[in-house]
Amino acid sequence: MKTTEASAPVPAESGAPVVKVDAPAGGPPKEKKEGTFLNAFSHGMLVLWAFMVVMPLLWAVMTSFKDDKSIFSSPWSLPDKLHFDNWSRAWTQANMSDYFLNTALVVGGSLVGTLVLGSMAAYVLARFDFPGNRFIYYLFVGGMSFPIMLALVPLFYVVNNMGLLNTIHGLILVYIAYSLPFTVFFLTAFFRTLPSSVAEAAFVDGASHSRTFFQIMLPMAKPGLISVGIFNFLGQWNQYMLPTVLNTDPDKRVLTQGLVQLAVSQGYKGDWSGLFAGLVMAMLPVLAAYIVFQRQVVAGLTAGALK
Amino acid sequence: MQHGKYRFIVGFLAVPLGLYALFVVWPFIQSIYYSFTDWTGLSPEFKMVGFDNYSRMLDDKIFWKSLQHSVLFALLVPLVTLGLALFFAFMINVGGRRRKGGPVISGVRGSSFYKIVYFFPQVLSIAIVALLFAFAYNPDSGAINSLLRGIGLDSVQPLWLGDPNLALWCVMAVLVWSTVGFFVVLFSAGMASIPADLYEAALLDGANRVTTFFRVTLPLLWDTVQSGWVYMGILALGAESFAVVGIMTTGPGGPDYSTTVMVLYVYQKAFRDGQAAYATTIGVALLVVTLAFAAVVMRLGRRERLEY
Repeated sequence: MKTTEASAPVPAESGAPVVKVDAPAGGPPKEKKEGTFLNAFSHGMLVLWAFMVVMPLLWAVMTSFKDDKSIFSSPWSLPDKLHFDNWSRAWTQANMSDYFLNTALVVGGSLVGTLVLGSMAAYVLARFDFPGNRFIYYLFVGGMSFPIMLALVPLFYVVNNMGLLNTIHGLILVYIAYSLPFTVFFLTAFFRTLPSSVAEAAFVDGASHSRTFFQIMLPMAKPGLISVGIFNFLGQWNQYMLPTVLNTDPDKRVLTQGLVQLAVSQGYKGDWSGLFAGLVMAMLPVLAAYIVFQRQVVAGLTAGALK
Repeated sequence: MQHGKYRFIVGFLAVPLGLYALFVVWPFIQSIYYSFTDWTGLSPEFKMVGFDNYSRMLDDKIFWKSLQHSVLFALLVPLVTLGLALFFAFMINVGGRRRKGGPVISGVRGSSFYKIVYFFPQVLSIAIVALLFAFAYNPDSGAINSLLRGIGLDSVQPLWLGDPNLALWCVMAVLVWSTVGFFVVLFSAGMASIPADLYEAALLDGANRVTTFFRVTLPLLWDTVQSGWVYMGILALGAESFAVVGIMTTGPGGPDYSTTVMVLYVYQKAFRDGQAAYATTIGVALLVVTLAFAAVVMRLGRRERLEY
C-alpha cells in the first residue's frame, strides 16, 4: 500500500463505473441538504485540529524571539523586537552546538550500522533455509513488543562493565541493537519480495554470496532501505529513554537530554528565552526536512504498520 | 547455491545477532533472574531471596498506583487517539461534498494540506513535545491559561500539572496530541485502497455517511486499526509515557504520585533509589502487562478477515 498519494484519496482505476450525476458542473447541487451540515461540521473539526497542532509550535517560535520579561507578562503577544541574542546564547552558552554535534555523531554512526547489519541479517533470514532460521527471526521480531525499560536496568551494568558507559561508540552500539528488531522485520519482508532470478544469475556467473549481496541485492533493495532508514533516523534522532539511562556524562549529552537538562537548569537561572530558542532550534531542522521530504517520510514511518 | 552457504550465513548473522544477543536478549534474561535477588545495583554482591521482591511489590501502594495509571494509558490513550484519527481520516478521504461530475465520494478540500500539518508532531521528539507543553500548562505564564484569560475566562485558571486530579489527563492529552496525525495518515492510506464501488453500492442503497463509516470503512480497515491499537498501547506503556511523565510532572510522577507510571517507577527504583532488583521485579510486571494487553486486543479484535 502506498501512503504517498496525498491528493488523490480515491483510486478510480478499479475500472468500476463511476456514477456520474447528469448535470454538468456549475448547476445547483442536488444533494445539498445531506451534505451541508455534516460538511460544515467536518470542516470545522479539521480546521480546529490543524489549529491545535500548529498553535503550540508557532507559540514556541514566537516565544524564542522574546525577552524573559514579556514571556511571563504576556505569553501571547508578539515580540517587541526579534531577540536573536536568545538564539546565539542558546547555541554557545547553553551548549546547543555540542548537543547537535553529539546527536549527529551518534545518529550518523548508528544509522549506518543499523542499515548494514540489519540488511545483512534480513537477507540471510529471507533468502536462506537453515535450521534455526525461524527461531532467529522471531527472536529479532519479538524485541519489538518487549518493554525496553526492563532490559535497561541490567544493560546499564553490562555497558558499564565493558567500559562503554558514557561513550559515543557505546551509545551507537546500543542504538543499533535496539533498532534491529524493526529493521530486520521490515527488510526481511522486503527481501522476500525481490525476484530471486537475478541473484541466481549472478551466482551462476561466479559471484560469491557476499558479492551477490553487496552488488546485486543491496542496490535492488534501495527503496526498502530508504524507508527503514528514515524510520530509524527519526527514531534515533528523537531517542530519549536510552541516552537518559546510558549516557549520564554532561559533555556527551544528546539533543533531547540536553534540552531537558537545560529546562531544569534554566529554572534556576531564569533564562527561559534561551531555552525556547534551544527548543525551536531542535525542532526546525526536523520539521524542515519533513516538509521537503514529506512523501518519503510518511512512507517510511507508516510502511511498517501497513505490512 | 550450496557452495559456501553455511559459512556465508554464519558470517552475515554473527555480528548483528551477537550485538542483539548481548545488548537486548541477555539483559532481558538477566533482569528476570535479578528479580529473585536482593541486588542493589551499587555493589556486586547479592543473594537469592526467592519471591520476596514480588510479595513486597504486591504491598507497595505506589506500585499499584503506577499499574493503574499504566493500564489507563494503554487503554484510554489509544482509544481516544484512534477514535479521533478515524474521524479525521474519514472526513479527509470520504467526507467531502459531492461535487458535480466528480467521483461519487471524495475528500474534503485541502485534504493533502491537513495530512501534512497533522503529521508535524510525529517527526518531533516526544521529549521536545513534552517540554513545550510543560510550559504551555504553566498556571501563571503558560500559553493555555493566558489564552483563557484572553477570552475572558479569568475565573477558569486550573493548575493543570499541579492539580493531582488533572495532571494525569494533561499528560495523556499530550500523547494524544502527538500521535493522532500519524494514525490519520495511516488510516488515510488504508481508506484510499478501499475500492470506490463499495462506497457506491452503499450510497445507492441509501446509506448516509455515518452508516457508510460503520458498515463499510471501519470493517474493511479493522486490521490496521487493531495493529495500530497494539502499537500505540505498547508505546503508551513504555518509552512515550516515560518521556512525558518524566519530563512534564513534578517529582517526576507527582503531584502526590498522581501521574506515576510503571516504566518511570522502574527507572526511579533502579537509578535513583539503588534498588535494582526490585526495579527489575516491577519491570517483569510491566512485561506481563504489556503481553497481556497485546493478547487481549488481538483476541477481542479478532474478526473474520474481509477480502476486497
